[in-house]
Amino acid sequence: MSDKILSKTEIGSFLDKIKADYQIHAPVQKDLELVWAPIDQAEELVWEFSNTDLSPKSYFFPQTESLMHFKNNSQDPEGLIMKEESPLEKPRALLNIRPCDAKAFQVLDKVFCRDEKSLDVYWKDKRDKTLLIGLACNNPCPTCFCTSMNCGPHHEEGLDILLTDLGDRLLVHSVTDKGQALTANLSKAGQEDINEASRNKEQAEASITSQVKMDNINSRNVLELYEHPVWDQVHESCINCGTCTYFCPTCHCFDIQDETQGDFGRRVRNWDTCMSWLFTHHTSGHNPRGTKKDRVRQRFMHKFKYMPIKLEGAVGCVGCGRCTRKCPVNIDVREVVSSMNS
Amino acid sequence: MKNPYIPYPVKLTKVEVATEDKSLRNFEMEFLNPDHAKEFKYLPGQFAELSIAGYGESPIGIASSPTEGDRLLFTVSKAGVVTTKLHNMEVDDVMGVRGPLGNWYPLESMEGKDIVIIAGGYAVTTLRSTMLWLMDPENRKKYGDITFIYGARTPGMLLYRDEMAEWAKRSDINCHITIDKEVPGWEGLVGFVPTITEQVAPKPDNAVSLICGPPVMIKFTQPVLDKLGWQGDQIIMSLENRMKCGIGICGRCNVGPYYVCKDGPVFTKAQLDELPKEY
Repeated sequence: MSDKILSKTEIGSFLDKIKADYQIHAPVQKDLELVWAPIDQAEELVWEFSNTDLSPKSYFFPQTESLMHFKNNSQDPEGLIMKEESPLEKPRALLNIRPCDAKAFQVLDKVFCRDEKSLDVYWKDKRDKTLLIGLACNNPCPTCFCTSMNCGPHHEEGLDILLTDLGDRLLVHSVTDKGQALTANLSKAGQEDINEASRNKEQAEASITSQVKMDNINSRNVLELYEHPVWDQVHESCINCGTCTYFCPTCHCFDIQDETQGDFGRRVRNWDTCMSWLFTHHTSGHNPRGTKKDRVRQRFMHKFKYMPIKLEGAVGCVGCGRCTRKCPVNIDVREVVSSMNS
Repeated sequence: MKNPYIPYPVKLTKVEVATEDKSLRNFEMEFLNPDHAKEFKYLPGQFAELSIAGYGESPIGIASSPTEGDRLLFTVSKAGVVTTKLHNMEVDDVMGVRGPLGNWYPLESMEGKDIVIIAGGYAVTTLRSTMLWLMDPENRKKYGDITFIYGARTPGMLLYRDEMAEWAKRSDINCHITIDKEVPGWEGLVGFVPTITEQVAPKPDNAVSLICGPPVMIKFTQPVLDKLGWQGDQIIMSLENRMKCGIGICGRCNVGPYYVCKDGPVFTKAQLDELPKEY
């Protein structure tokens, strides 16, 4: 697929073309925060940013999502019988998503759509109806380490289109047929633009100096890593607040709860966190991960050992650095992984 | 696309107190839609989420055997929100069942072998399912000797006692039912399950053992089997952990990389020996 060029002054008409089939969402400035929101005009778009605080995972896996509803009335012939929620009405396009976040969804596809038995229809419905138009990172943050996590600042995997900012214009690279169809009418990029984009890529990759190795993590067996002395230290400063799990684009644990009000009832799923004591607490009182050490270990083991074993090598981390930036006690995932690998 | 989170609507057809302390009840149920009964194809060792709208779900091992027909049986201990509500429900009440979930006992690879079943307390439910499945005439001929060892605190705490009395009369089942301490009127075995296992001394040659019981029973039965020469891959166990989705996604029931809800609940001891003891 040949690369295209799009002048920033012509973005409006490109958006109009997308809008015909999709509702567009993008990172926008809201007061001091950069947040994901629906957009209408090209003027709302932001071009200079590192990344949004929260990952866009809630587009596919909302913080609270109704799974089904029921009439909360046992006398009604239809009462207490669960009814499915309706699927997403209008397809969505996530514009200017960072490559690491798109890669995270591809990892999560392996979790939510594992096989016939583990096919999460809620996740799949929204994934199938969402177009991902990425914006390559020309200036990665100091906490980024995507290049160590099978990803990178200009990584294409999981995207339909990758945009590279060249100042007053964008290089448009279609990754999928869906992306190709939308960009077919744009003018072809010149060799100079293509060269400039690849220089940007090289510079961005070179600017990521944090490197994390996983060779020993991969070669050690589960119990060796589980009993590694690193866990005795890592958990000490952790306060089990769960912030890392909510900001993480690949953390996907959830709880399911029933809610009722009068005659209406619904079953919802909410983001949950493995940092919580209740997460694994048995009704009997027994808790297989009863200590803070158990829970901290679980989060890192899950991402860097258990997921690769189960998901054909896919690591549960894309190196976006959010957990490191948001941790209230300064736990740095790069240091933890390096210690696990030591 | 089939939605794996939607329970099948079922109606309670029989509810009975199962133990003398009234902490366990047997719940029999049938599907409101006969097509669902056909979809719900299960094997002994699997479980289901019992779903009560407005209360939630609870993962419970299936105590009935598919060889018994379409009715489902669950024996449930009253413990949390859902099971307490369930204990207050009556015949004809409507609820939901989601499943079947998880893997099952390796019935196929057990063919041609002697089977030793060791159970304690109310962990016997899926082993009742297994026993009925094995005793089905079509299946019975595929297996060697069947030894069944089961213990509870008192005669009144034994589950499925009348059925087991029938099994004991059969010549093709070695049935050993025991209680912890002597009680007037009890003429059967007395002693903890590990002690009885030691007396029965099941041979490991070309045999498979299925063990379900409280942790303390498993802890003391293990050395008995070790002494008799049983190997880890011959010992099959079933785990329990807190669960929500039941299909290996929501992230809480894992033991190492494996989800008890999907990759389990049935594991061999050899498998468990290589995993953290997070259960």
